[in-house]
Amino acid sequence: MDTKMSISSSIKDRTVEYAGRNLLSGFLFGLGLVAFIDEMVFHQLLHWHHFYDLSTSDAGLVSDGIFHAFSWLATVGSLFMVADLRRRGAWWIKRWIGGLLAGGGLFNLYDGLVQHKVMGLHQIRYGVDLLVYDLTWNIGAVVLLIAGLIIIFQTNKTIRQKGTS
Amino acid sequence: MHNHHAALEWWPQLLLAAPFLFLFILYGILYFLSFHKRKPWPIHRLLLWNTGLALCLISVIGPLARQAHFDFTAHMTGHLFLGMAGPLLLVLGAPITLLLRTLSVSRARKVSAFLRKPLLRVLTYPILPALLNVGGLWLLYTTSLYQLMHEYMLLHILIHLHVFFAGYLFTASIIYIDPIPHRVSYLTRALVLTGALAGHGILSKYLYAHPPAGVPAEQAQSGSMLMYYGGDAVDLVIIIILCRHWYHAARPRTLHSGQISTGG
Repeated sequence: MDTKMSISSSIKDRTVEYAGRNLLSGFLFGLGLVAFIDEMVFHQLLHWHHFYDLSTSDAGLVSDGIFHAFSWLATVGSLFMVADLRRRGAWWIKRWIGGLLAGGGLFNLYDGLVQHKVMGLHQIRYGVDLLVYDLTWNIGAVVLLIAGLIIIFQTNKTIRQKGTS
Repeated sequence: MHNHHAALEWWPQLLLAAPFLFLFILYGILYFLSFHKRKPWPIHRLLLWNTGLALCLISVIGPLARQAHFDFTAHMTGHLFLGMAGPLLLVLGAPITLLLRTLSVSRARKVSAFLRKPLLRVLTYPILPALLNVGGLWLLYTTSLYQLMHEYMLLHILIHLHVFFAGYLFTASIIYIDPIPHRVSYLTRALVLTGALAGHGILSKYLYAHPPAGVPAEQAQSGSMLMYYGGDAVDLVIIIILCRHWYHAARPRTLHSGQISTGG
């Protein structure tokens, strides 16, 4: 209706309006970030993870390939989404970080439980007592995931409050 | 091993190099014509185009092409140049746009009518180029094709042409630099790109453990790692360009024009 009113109200409500995209962008960036850290730190710097492990099942190879490929798109795409949200004045950092932690935690958990253990992609480290490493890896993932979910639920509350007021 | 001389002679190398030399001359002529037409063509496109041609040439003629017959890592370097980095740079050279703007109007119409032909519509729908591209690689490296390629000259030439064309078609169907007959959504292109990259990465890791016939394990390992990370690097550039195009296309149009555009 009135241009002035719609502009002033849009500044306030934009974050809520784009709540879904904030969550998605954060989630994708979390996923990409964890995959990037995995590749950089554990494959390239520490050399704990191997490029290929003879125990790798075909499913593991396919799963790893798909996630690896998707992680590039997720990282780059989510950052362009942040740029898009910012130019719309709609970047909701808290919700974005909630998404990031949830995405990172979920992917780490998938990597630690399904890819490492079930599909035998590769182990976290070789020639050591694995249990400690597996526990640290997976508990860390769960902590990230829960922290992310808590933040997301908090921001959900904000959305509901703004929606009713 | 001693039969592996198929393309070591000079003439098959020259035969594969000829199309790229032709493109070099053609683009150069069009580049100068564009100034005559007072529609100057940006020099960075000329540089991208010629760098792409140089990468393709390096992979089909000269020391690297020769080395590729004995050394899988050298072969993979050439493959990255001819099938990925070269085509990407050539696509960024926007040859069709250059052609359309230097031709006369009636001829340009004929070219764009040709580009709208059903066959080209199908060929530029990203899924088909992705299958031609990555499927072709699976065929090449997991069957005896790789070994046969080194023995039969014709096969050698056909495979190299296929690698180049599939690479170019794939890149052009994912990032729209030149006009394309049928535009596909960003999401579809992003997903096809991810699928192709995944297929490429899975094949690289597969080759690490299962070398193509006649390739020593050590070469297969370094070659496959080069394939994996090199493929990542080129695809990362494609992803960034694709996302940039999305970012540009998705810009909010009424944000700054404010009152003028909301007047209606």
